[in-house]
Amino acid sequence: MESQAFQKIYTKLNNITKATVTLKAADVGYDEIATVHGRMAQVVKLMGDEVTLQVFSGTEGIPTNAEVTFMGRPPQLKVSDDLGGRFFNAFGDPIDGGPHVEGEVRDIGSPSVNPVRRKQPSQLIATGIAGIDLNNSLVSGQKIPFFADPDQPYNQVMASVALRAKADKIILGGMGLTNDDYLFFKNIFENAGELDRIVSFVNTTDDPPVERLLVPDMALTAAEYFAVDKNESVLVLLTDMTLFADALSIVSNRMDQIPSKDSMPGSLYSDLARIYEKAVQFPSGGSITIIAVTTLSGGDITHAIPDNTGYITEGQLFLRRDTDIGKVIVDPFRSLSRLKQLVIGKQTREDHPQVMNAAIRLYADAANARTKLENGFDLTDYDERTLEFAKSYSDKLLAIDVNVDTDTMLNIAWELFSKHFNKAEVGVKGEFTEKYWQK
Amino acid sequence: MERKNKTTGKVAGIVANLVTVKVDGPVAQNEICFIYHNDERLMAEVIKVIGVNAYVQVFESTRGVRVGSDVEFEGHMLEVTLGPGILSRNYDGLQNDLDKMDGVFLTRGEYTDPLNREVKWEFKPLAKAGETVSAGSWLGEVMENSIPHRIMVPFKMEKRYEVKSVVDEGEYTVDETIAVVVDEDGKEIPLTMVQKWPVKMPVKVYKHKPRPFKLLETGVRCIDTLNPITEGGTGFIPGPFGTGKTVLQHAISKQAEADIVIIAACGERANEVVEIFTEFPELDDPRTGRKLIERTTIIANTSNMPVAAREASVYTAMTLAEYYRTMGLKVLLMADSTSRWAQALREMSNRLEELPGPDAFPMDLSAVISNFYARAGFVYLPNGETGSITFIGTVSPAGGNLKEPVTESTRKAARCFYGLSQARADSKRYPAIDPIDSYSKYLEYPEVQENLVEVVGEEWLGEVLKAKDVLLRGKEAMEQINILGDDGVPISFHDRFWKSELVDFVILQQDAFDSIDASTPMKRQKYMLAKVLKVADSEFEFAHFEEVSGFFKEIINFFKQMNYSEFESEEFKKHENRLEDLIKERRN
Ligand SMILES: Nc1ncnc2c1ncn2[C@@H]1O[C@H](COP(=O)(O)OP(=O)(O)OP(=O)(O)O)[C@@H](O)[C@H]1O
Ligand SMILES: [Mg+2]
Repeated sequence: MESQAFQKIYTKLNNITKATVTLKAADVGYDEIATVHGRMAQVVKLMGDEVTLQVFSGTEGIPTNAEVTFMGRPPQLKVSDDLGGRFFNAFGDPIDGGPHVEGEVRDIGSPSVNPVRRKQPSQLIATGIAGIDLNNSLVSGQKIPFFADPDQPYNQVMASVALRAKADKIILGGMGLTNDDYLFFKNIFENAGELDRIVSFVNTTDDPPVERLLVPDMALTAAEYFAVDKNESVLVLLTDMTLFADALSIVSNRMDQIPSKDSMPGSLYSDLARIYEKAVQFPSGGSITIIAVTTLSGGDITHAIPDNTGYITEGQLFLRRDTDIGKVIVDPFRSLSRLKQLVIGKQTREDHPQVMNAAIRLYADAANARTKLENGFDLTDYDERTLEFAKSYSDKLLAIDVNVDTDTMLNIAWELFSKHFNKAEVGVKGEFTEKYWQK
Repeated sequence: MERKNKTTGKVAGIVANLVTVKVDGPVAQNEICFIYHNDERLMAEVIKVIGVNAYVQVFESTRGVRVGSDVEFEGHMLEVTLGPGILSRNYDGLQNDLDKMDGVFLTRGEYTDPLNREVKWEFKPLAKAGETVSAGSWLGEVMENSIPHRIMVPFKMEKRYEVKSVVDEGEYTVDETIAVVVDEDGKEIPLTMVQKWPVKMPVKVYKHKPRPFKLLETGVRCIDTLNPITEGGTGFIPGPFGTGKTVLQHAISKQAEADIVIIAACGERANEVVEIFTEFPELDDPRTGRKLIERTTIIANTSNMPVAAREASVYTAMTLAEYYRTMGLKVLLMADSTSRWAQALREMSNRLEELPGPDAFPMDLSAVISNFYARAGFVYLPNGETGSITFIGTVSPAGGNLKEPVTESTRKAARCFYGLSQARADSKRYPAIDPIDSYSKYLEYPEVQENLVEVVGEEWLGEVLKAKDVLLRGKEAMEQINILGDDGVPISFHDRFWKSELVDFVILQQDAFDSIDASTPMKRQKYMLAKVLKVADSEFEFAHFEEVSGFFKEIINFFKQMNYSEFESEEFKKHENRLEDLIKERRN
């Protein structure tokens, strides 16, 4: 950390709690950062001449005569094109052995974009995964999380989505990543041979959990640099936001705040929204798209973290293991991309909306048939056919290992319709059936 | 609150956006103050006073603010500026004109004028010298877009006055004097087109407020037909995330029979506001043929904008609505989502270390919500004209659980309940309003029933009840089928179930993204309901239960084609004829 001329040094702490220290100090700004005993800390409370600092890595071993140095500024990141290809920690310091990045200094956690300066998102992002492109198309400027149980390969799916999306820059914000996952991202980015367009801010499970609170703001400050200053399309990957929220609850708990649902702080909605709302399409062409991961516990989406997330993001992609085909699929019922109607049938083939809906409806009929079967009732011929359809649909389209273009996805869907059903059962507009039905 | 000398103070403490200010003079609860930080002025509102300490919530980020910073108190509460030029504007929660702000990012401490001071309005006098007037009396009018915007005696003027003069018809800016009135002591008071009003105080310059009694058409069938809302009525839309609250509110705001629409985007997504910015200037107002944006004002305090201003935003919106209501207009006010407002209250109450109520919400949550809903309503103005504010708020229940405090409190305050069901949304039955749990208390008002008979027809109420009955019986039949199996029940159960599906698919489900289906005028709703009920009343011949679904799917398909066609067009009649044939073949 660089030192500055006007730094004031204090050496007397009055109070120490698990997460905070309090001392008497003058002329300190709210939100300012400081070092306490060499550890990064931030001002969370000012009361008269008493200053309370939150120490990110915890206060274990900090003595009452610890040295406290105020930096006179909020957390910052130096931005320039040299960020490309680099790996940083939550404080924006390099962890790849490379030099410090030179560039313009920016405060992280910048103000919001004026809503009237935004443009309505309209650019399709193709990923090759039909569970996404066919049923839940992504649009640049969107914010959307994967909802997945911890044992699902969400990081792998996210990495393929990122590399296939034609973004100018990819910014990874890793929070509580295991070292293995960190190395996975590092590898896959290096192997793609496109390291230049990737910037990573990573907090691993080896790092103190509270530090990860800085990761999204770091990643998004870098994203805003590329999207606003360079008019680039930027894709931000945030994984795992559940661990970010856990860190919020650790802090609020240590600060004796009254918890609301699921021991989360009452401000969880605003805290998450502040991050996700950085997703934006600018009229100048620059954009920030956020794809995040929210891990669930036991698939429970009513827990405060996924629940608040769902209220903020523009849909969610739900990963589920389909035991019939033994693969992970993007669940068509519980997934939703709220911006898809801005692009489907417009930037994709005309029959896209109708085909999408028909396939999901038939898949729902299959789910009903399965319930009947489980309850010991006889199946009708139609029921039997929906079950066969569902299996192929799941395998050929919903599975996350699919990688084809949207026209091919639509053709596959028509092929399945024609094989298992008659035209009336599929119920798609006559003109499309005429054109695409496969005899 | 008028004071000779401004009260000032110094910042004594900061926790997030709660700042303690040591003051040197009198302060009032809810008084506005400014904190000086470098060359920025940060606006804040007093929310608690203990001794010489005023606790203020800052409407901006407090980053960098220091203990000892200067504070100046303004001597008034949070106010909005009222005058011509509010329509078509995009404001933030504090009524700053967002379009007037520089740069891509919102700058802390930048406050912009809600009105345009240069533009000249074509003023027409309505009052004459010698008349007695009081707060809210109409002195003249200007045309704001196509809306007659009445220039009124300011609401703050509490006495009776005699009009001394009103300017002649002509062009004036909002700041020019357009009338002079004389108070009881003979003091002359010049008036302009602009006045201010504190947002937390209801505007009560009406004569009386009867129960709402007139249908307000929204074009949404499962509202208008099943659970209608009234001019001046209140309703709320609770639903888990993604079930269609915002789409439904947007649909209502596009289609409803209102003169003015005010949309408060309160702590929700910026992209949804952008959608309104993008679409409303393009869409036609079906009643005037002009663009929708001309009758609309947007208050955007999106989820990433400061939390304290989020709380203010709903009050700002309500006050603008009250202003237009006093001009004798029908105002529709939408707030999405009132839960975010309640959460803002919760964040502040927690910071104040108040004793928390259920789910850590403030104890007085219910009272705050009720007071807010109570500001809506249909009113008779002193000049005999009428005006109304119809208010519909969305609620975002935590975990989708309707037993949480915000939903429960709102249920006590709002008269219509449009509950969105996760199951309906999952099966894409939009709008996902649960037809059985939802209600409109207005349907029980005799005066509303009378109005419905007059507007829609003699048989209407009976038909609505019948439709509800078909839905209920269908649900019961389905439960039996699920327990006993398709062939474990008589065929009549399938018939009953599919008749309710018919009502569901044809009347309840409505495609908000189809140009024709999106909005259904009352006349068409009446026609379609009668047609559907005729089928529901018919007895059909089926040999096997599987025939039932086949038959009904087919007729539903024709009904839906009718819904997608222009009413009474060739296309419409073609499907109708095919439908009639099909039904005839089957009928006993
Ligand atoms: N009437 C409708 N017709 C077709 N699709 C709809 C309709 N209503 C909702 N949807 C679909 O559901 C999605 C979510 O709707 P909406 O944004 O209104 O949900 P919401 O209840 O406001 O959610 P949140 O609480 O998260 O804001 C829409 O993007 C759209 O895809
Ligand atoms: Mg919404």
